Amino acid sequence: MNPNSTLRWFRFASPQTFFPLAGTIALGCAAAAALLALGGLYVGLVVAPTDAQQGEVYRIIFIHVPAAWMSMFIYVVMAGWAAIGLAFNTRLSFMMAQALAPTGALFTFIALWTGSLWGRPTWGTYWVWDARLTSELILLFLYLGFMALHAAIDDPRRADRASALLAIVGAVNVPIIYYSVQWWNTLHQGASVSITRAPSMAATMLTGMLLMALAFWAYSIAAVLVRVRCIIRERE
Amino acid sequence: MSHGFFIWASYAVTFAALALEVVFLFRRSRRAGPSRQIK
Repeated sequence: MNPNSTLRWFRFASPQTFFPLAGTIALGCAAAAALLALGGLYVGLVVAPTDAQQGEVYRIIFIHVPAAWMSMFIYVVMAGWAAIGLAFNTRLSFMMAQALAPTGALFTFIALWTGSLWGRPTWGTYWVWDARLTSELILLFLYLGFMALHAAIDDPRRADRASALLAIVGAVNVPIIYYSVQWWNTLHQGASVSITRAPSMAATMLTGMLLMALAFWAYSIAAVLVRVRCIIRERE
Repeated sequence: MSHGFFIWASYAVTFAALALEVVFLFRRSRRAGPSRQIK
C-alpha cells in the first residue's frame, strides 16, 4: 500500500478530522435506515404470509432477531474500539466505545422485551432462566455497567481505560450468548439463519428480517456517529 | 390475550425506544454547542 494513502486514513484517527466525516455518514445512514425500515415493515407486516404453526405472533421476529444480532454485534465492536484505545492510546477509539454503549444497551433491551412478548403466546411464559435469555440479560448489565463505570470516574482518561477493560472482559459473554442454544438444553430455539446452511424459513420472511437488520445497522451507525460528535464537542 | 397485543406491544415499544434515543441525541447535541467550535 502506498504510504501516503495509509497516512491519509490515519488522519481520521483525529477527532477533529473525523468530526465532519461522521456528520456526513450519519446523515446518509439515517436516510438509509428510514427507507430500509419502511421496506422491512412493509414486507414483515403486509407481504410475509402467516406462519402455519405460530400464526401472526411470529411477526415479532422481524424486530426481535435483528435487535438481538445488533446487541451482540455492537458489543463486539465496542470491545474492539476499547482494545484499540488501550493498545494505541487513541482518544477517538475510546470515544467510539463510549458512543456505542447506549445504542447497544437499547438493542439488548429491545431483544429482551420483544423476546418476552413472543415467549408468552408461544412458550406460555414471559421469562425463563435458560442460558440464552440469561446471557442476553447479562449483556444488558454489561452495557449498563460500562456506562455507569464511565460516568462514575471524573477524569475522562481514567474513565476510558477502566471502562475499556470492562468492555474487553465482558466480550467473553458474546460467544456464550451465540452458542448457548448449542451448548445447553434451552427453551430458546436454535438459529433460523446461518451463513453455513440454507435458511429454514420462507424467502419473504427472510427478506423482511434482513431488511429490518439492515435498517437497524444503518440506524445504529447514524446514532453512534451523532453521539460521538457530541462527545467530541463535550471533550475537545 | 390476542396475538395482536403482543405484536403491537413489541413494535410500539421498539419504535418508541428508538425515537426516545433520537430525542435524547438531539437534546445532547444542542447542549454540546455549535459544531463550528471544532476546528
